Amino acid sequence: MNKKLTIAVTGLNNIDSPGPGVPVIRGIKDSNLDVRIIGLAYENLEPGIYMPGLVDKTYLMPYPSTGSEAFLERLSYIHSKEKIDVVIPNFDSELYLFIKFDDELKKMGIRTFLPTLEQFEERHKSNLPEFAEKYDIKVPESIALTSIKDLNDLPKPLVFPYWIKGKFYEAFKVTDSSQAKYYFNKLSAKWGLPVVIQQSIYGTEVNVIALGDGEGNTVAAVPMRKQYITDKGKAWGGITIEDERMLEITRHIIKSTKWRGGMELEMIKTEDGEYYLIEINPRIPAWVYLAVGAGQNIPEMLCKLAMGETVKPINTYKNGVMFIRYSWDLIGDISDFEKIVIFGEL
Amino acid sequence: MSKLNSLAISDNGFIFKPSTGESFTTNELGLHIIHLLKENKSTNEIITEITREFEIDKLTASRDLDEFLDLLKRENMV
Amino acid sequence: MNKKIYERPILRKVVEGMPNKFGSMKRIRPINTIDNVLIDDIIDSYGSPVFILSEKTIRDTYKSAYRAFSNRYPKVQFAWSYKTNYLDAVCRIFHSEGSWAEVVSGFEYEKALANHVPCNKIIFNGPDKSKNDLVKAIQNKSLIHIDHFDELYTIIQLTDELNERPQVAIRVNMDTGIYPQWDRFGFNYENGEAWNAINRILTNSKIDLIGLHTHIGTYITVSKAYAIAIEKLASLANKTFERFKTTIKYIDVGGGFASQNTLQGAYLPATDTTPSFDDYAHAITTALTSVNFPNNEVPTLILETGRALIDEAGWLAGTVLANKRLADGHRAMVLDVGVNIMFTAFWYDYEIHPVNESSFQSEPTTMYGPLCMNIDVIRKNIDFPLLNKDDRFVIKRVGAYTMTQWMQFITYRPNVVLIDEKGKLHLIRKGEDKEVFRKQEIVPKHLLEKAELKN
Repeated sequence: MNKKLTIAVTGLNNIDSPGPGVPVIRGIKDSNLDVRIIGLAYENLEPGIYMPGLVDKTYLMPYPSTGSEAFLERLSYIHSKEKIDVVIPNFDSELYLFIKFDDELKKMGIRTFLPTLEQFEERHKSNLPEFAEKYDIKVPESIALTSIKDLNDLPKPLVFPYWIKGKFYEAFKVTDSSQAKYYFNKLSAKWGLPVVIQQSIYGTEVNVIALGDGEGNTVAAVPMRKQYITDKGKAWGGITIEDERMLEITRHIIKSTKWRGGMELEMIKTEDGEYYLIEINPRIPAWVYLAVGAGQNIPEMLCKLAMGETVKPINTYKNGVMFIRYSWDLIGDISDFEKIVIFGEL
Repeated sequence: MSKLNSLAISDNGFIFKPSTGESFTTNELGLHIIHLLKENKSTNEIITEITREFEIDKLTASRDLDEFLDLLKRENMV
Repeated sequence: MNKKIYERPILRKVVEGMPNKFGSMKRIRPINTIDNVLIDDIIDSYGSPVFILSEKTIRDTYKSAYRAFSNRYPKVQFAWSYKTNYLDAVCRIFHSEGSWAEVVSGFEYEKALANHVPCNKIIFNGPDKSKNDLVKAIQNKSLIHIDHFDELYTIIQLTDELNERPQVAIRVNMDTGIYPQWDRFGFNYENGEAWNAINRILTNSKIDLIGLHTHIGTYITVSKAYAIAIEKLASLANKTFERFKTTIKYIDVGGGFASQNTLQGAYLPATDTTPSFDDYAHAITTALTSVNFPNNEVPTLILETGRALIDEAGWLAGTVLANKRLADGHRAMVLDVGVNIMFTAFWYDYEIHPVNESSFQSEPTTMYGPLCMNIDVIRKNIDFPLLNKDDRFVIKRVGAYTMTQWMQFITYRPNVVLIDEKGKLHLIRKGEDKEVFRKQEIVPKHLLEKAELKN
């Protein structure tokens, strides 16, 4: 590709529960693509806005909860200034809008590489049991609740401790009913209903990052074991592992769903070698740069797929590659902050 | 009005309060009023100025000014 | 000298983690007409607040719903759910479009009769049918949807007394994988209760079982749930045919389609997420056409859709009574519209618009009704343009349940007007006044004398 591409990326919130935007941009910049990077931020203090040399320009966006009208209006304003070629959304909560209005974006000339609405809906936390049955995958017992009263009346196999999960984000492991009620209220207020209850399974947390081409082919996949997990359940350190079974499960899911776009499979490996699928995230995870480091530049491949190029699957990666996340205090000037607050652009 | 003088106020309506590290935004008229306050103009003088420059009746102008002054007081800026 | 346009001064603290200016600011634009009629003119003529219904929207919505189903299935019949909005004018619009009536009380039944709905096109639902109601419904050959065994036995008893053949269906509840399961209405499928009820009806041989009715829940778009429900009803229909040679003529899947109002607690606005009539029609008719009914005869599909057919057509226009700041500095607005006439504000985040452009600024605002009650909140924390006292606003999508669940509390219920398809206004329900209530009340004789106020 010789044309200079303009790529818009969301999720610049590189904080303690980080969004994938910054590592996605790093991946793209590591490739030989000639790019201009447009950051799309939802809040004034997303670190990616202020990181030197990361984005060429940032625009503030309306929250997806404001509705599609404002969302598309803002995107088309940004597009009129920047001529975006590809947009890579990185938040679960915004994916619905990007997927639903994919056609409108396409008409504007903005390309995406996202799962279809069916793929996106089908893998929702609340639909995981049906998903597992349809595709023959092992998952922990779980149920989606729409009323707090139902907590007292959970079906039999669900016992403490269990996970209580928000519709889009956040999960808490609870050991008694007062905790469960507390988090139910917290999660439903923040992310809406349903709230999902999922049996906690004892074992090692392992994840796969993968990219499907929409035809059933897995063009990239790297498995990783979380080495250090924060109190928010995020990996703060991880290492690539050689695990053929995990790759098999990944290829099986991508093949049978014809998955299009990036994804993360969260799994638990039990001591007797069983794999339970905990969650499917329909986007690139925040630890994507580990895959880049292990030899699979998933952000680059995704951009190429979005531009309609054929991308040859990569089947190898280095195992034993580690990432350790760290925090770094940027020194900023209030005039940059002022520009974002007043003009919504920097 | 010395408290107002300690604020960093930009022409864009961005206000930074060094003593607390808080930031605020205001609009054109808010900015205008703050400048008038800095010139030690009285409430009545400010109202006269506003009604002369803007398409507004005295009653509404004074009510809105009171509310704005309340907000400034609440934030300990005047 | 030309004066500048006035914008009131504002001061806003930049709070991290709070929606930024570009984030929250979907500018709420004014709506000043409904079907090209000026809202200001309506309020000037009919007072504030006032409910406004659009005949055009009702008919258009009905047509698109009917089309979605009839394009996919040969026999489709809608029955207007009276409890959703039983103003006679509204019911008559639906009837003129071809809707039957679906009623759940003697009162609604009488209304349907008065609206000239043919008796055999009235579906009588619900757990509360008095003996008198049943007598009338049996004699009129209305469609009685039996909810429980006590009702069934009353009907059997009346059959002998009246020497008539009641036309009945039974309501069936079942496990469709949807949680929570609605099991308080009708007869359960899994434990055999529904089959028992059918046996009880048909061994009597004086009652005609013509339909099966189920309602699997609200907001269900999972085609699988409909597939399970319809499979189970089909199996009942087949068993019924094998044992009694009786053909079930219709399957009633109830209502429960969501409107575009956003439920509180939902993250994305319903305008972006609500399934369309086509989505529902696809799910239901796919399920219907993939099962076999006796003799390969497809039953009529009856739909009791209420909310999704009328919500969009209803508007409520009102006036700002006051602006105030709460103790924490938060902005509040007092409206002349309270939860007494907007009961549904307890669970919906209604879309509210100013009638006229008043300001380009907006601020997070809580909207209170006029009642002396703490719970009288119409909208919490909506980023709303700054309106002044006496400015007008209009609330969207209030056609469903408001005009039936409203209560006379503290004040009178307002006028309801209909804009016909030519843009002409009609008063279809008069605002109440003191005479309405004086007529209902009886003061005992010993309290009639003009009493001196005791000190």
